[in-house]
Amino acid sequence: MSGIFPWLILFLPLAAVAGIVLFALHDRALSARLSIGAVLGSFVLSVVLFLQGTHGETAVNWIALSDGTTSWIVDIGLRLDPLSLLMLLVVTGVGSAIHIYSYGYMHDDPGVGRYFAGLSLFMFSMLGIVLATNFLMLFIFWELVGVSSWLLIGFWYERPAAADAAKKAFLTNRLGDFGFLLGIILVWATLGTLNFTEIEKALAANPQALGALATAAGLLIFCGAVGKSAQFPLHVWLPDAMEGPTPVSALIHAATMVAAGVYMLCRVFFLLNGPALEVIAWTGGITALLAALIAIQQNDIKRILAYSTLSQLGYMVMAVGLSGAGGNPSPAMFHLTTHAFFKALLFLGAGSVIHALHHEQDIWKMGGLAKRMPVTFWTFLTGTLALCGVPPFSGFYSKDAILAAAHRTNPALFALAVGVAALTTFYMFRLIFVAFTGPAKSQARDHAHESPAVMTLPLLALAVPSLLAGFWGIDRFYATQFAPGEAEVATGWLSKLVAPFAEAPIVASIGVGAVVIGFVAAWALYRNRVQDPLPALLGAFARWLRNRFYFDELYERLIAMTQEALARLADVVDRWLIAGLVVRGAHGSIELTGRLLRLVQTGNLQTYAFLFVAGVAVLLLCMLGR
Amino acid sequence: MEHGGWSPTRVVPAILDPRSSILAVETMNVGLEHYLIVSALLFALGLLGVVARRNLLVMFMSLELMLNAANLALVAFSRFNRNLDGQIMVFFIITVAAAEVAVGLALIVALYRRRQTAHVEDLATLKY
Repeated sequence: MSGIFPWLILFLPLAAVAGIVLFALHDRALSARLSIGAVLGSFVLSVVLFLQGTHGETAVNWIALSDGTTSWIVDIGLRLDPLSLLMLLVVTGVGSAIHIYSYGYMHDDPGVGRYFAGLSLFMFSMLGIVLATNFLMLFIFWELVGVSSWLLIGFWYERPAAADAAKKAFLTNRLGDFGFLLGIILVWATLGTLNFTEIEKALAANPQALGALATAAGLLIFCGAVGKSAQFPLHVWLPDAMEGPTPVSALIHAATMVAAGVYMLCRVFFLLNGPALEVIAWTGGITALLAALIAIQQNDIKRILAYSTLSQLGYMVMAVGLSGAGGNPSPAMFHLTTHAFFKALLFLGAGSVIHALHHEQDIWKMGGLAKRMPVTFWTFLTGTLALCGVPPFSGFYSKDAILAAAHRTNPALFALAVGVAALTTFYMFRLIFVAFTGPAKSQARDHAHESPAVMTLPLLALAVPSLLAGFWGIDRFYATQFAPGEAEVATGWLSKLVAPFAEAPIVASIGVGAVVIGFVAAWALYRNRVQDPLPALLGAFARWLRNRFYFDELYERLIAMTQEALARLADVVDRWLIAGLVVRGAHGSIELTGRLLRLVQTGNLQTYAFLFVAGVAVLLLCMLGR
Repeated sequence: MEHGGWSPTRVVPAILDPRSSILAVETMNVGLEHYLIVSALLFALGLLGVVARRNLLVMFMSLELMLNAANLALVAFSRFNRNLDGQIMVFFIITVAAAEVAVGLALIVALYRRRQTAHVEDLATLKY
């Protein structure tokens, strides 16, 4: 019976999409019920599967090609193992909270049906990635995520900024996916299979199976993650994706789209060798640092959170890279999981604020919201503490796992990660101090009111795992996938609570120290301020940060220049080669021939007769002369 | 008589036979070559007429000349090969030529009535 559960989990959201699009596009309540019902159903089934601990693969043969010697078989298969089971829980669980919250947030929007259809399509795509058994299927759902993110980011398509942001997200992702596809083709060409289990077997049997291309294959596949998980240098789409409705941001940033890249890296971890992982680690580290720096000078509440997502994704990718070839990337998945909880919480909290202030997003126009919106404030604070890594919040444990891994293997990245942790605390508490405490900086605050229960309940539901997920043994559970030896028998929750201090006291203390430094700095600078004091202190550097290191402008110039050059080249080719040589040439030579041949047509009967005779003579000469 | 031992008109008396050594007189043996040469000459004349003469009527007559040159060659071959196919062919040609002449002359007359000329230079409307 439970064999059908994974299929149900996958296809319930798709059924909801079909139902909404066919019957309920203009029926708010029905469309919301269908969508929420589908994701809740998936969630419940995921819980059942998780409790049963079902492992294994089911597959339906989809494509089977054979040319006699080699055969190419692609299955539509679902794979259940610790990695996908827990990821299912995260995706459907956080997704459920966001779906329910959306019902409150989007209640007055005329396009609710369309919105929920997009949301369910997104869930379907993401669940497909989680459950995929082979690269082709993964790639299909990967692109589906891209499409549905395009639909959702550009949900308010009548706003040019939103439409542009959707296009930007899609195109940037396509850039990464191009490399991803090349990597998939490379793996298939060398190993002859796309199935993860078979690739793993082939590599286990012969670690040199990929030969000299191993690093290239790993890096090309990483390209996909760079696009989806918004790593430097393709990070530019993520902050712009804030143009979508806030619950969409929460969904994209917390549980689904950006997590897909990290999840994929862990899924195909066996493909990544030492040099590739080194590159991955540094890409992650640089992304984390850049994004954290940019975040400290952003003023839009959602953009701050967006850059914080970037930064945390950098952490995760760095963690994948740091685990070393054949190692155990469970810290990355651990952080992904906890991050899904508290980042969804933070975004939904920000959405609650924005909703209360009638779409005011500038933190310098907020202030003093803590008293007006207590539930939002306290849950937001929980999320912030978790994100900063304050023990015993969940973020502390996952971040500590990453810091410990960095400490073991790469001191430079360890220092970088600690610095990022301090910056994280700094910008998050800057946000808290400016938006929630201190004097009200605009009239909007006086009209602010707490959001309805349909929005606060998901906040509360997400606050619980944000607080507690650190010592549930999530990392141990993931470790059963990658390093069964390290997944020791469960100890009591109390010992898990203090495990970071017991196992690596130096790392844990440094992590906490970084948080304290960040907090003190934020306290000193932003307590009761009505204006940002940092630009005065940092001067030009602050301007660089505020303008996001001019990455967008740089890309704009680069793309404009490349395009200009390409256009010029195309112009020359078109004007001189195609229009000049080919078209005019063909036309000219034919016209010339025509003009010459025209002279033959004298209209005189005798000319024709003469030419005819001459032709016969020539023919005769040819025939007889031989 | 190397050509199959055929002489169409053996009018030469035995005394004048070149093989008899009495008289070394040059005798005239009309063989296939002669017919063919006449045929070729006729053909060439006809061709020249078609190409060089300006009057349509004359050109037309020259055309007939060429046809008859071909007829002659056919008859000559027919006799040479002791095969009547060529002569049958000639009858067909004569029949067809008669019909053709009727049509051709009618056309020329019609043309002349219309244009008041039978000169090919004046009939160059097919020119580009």
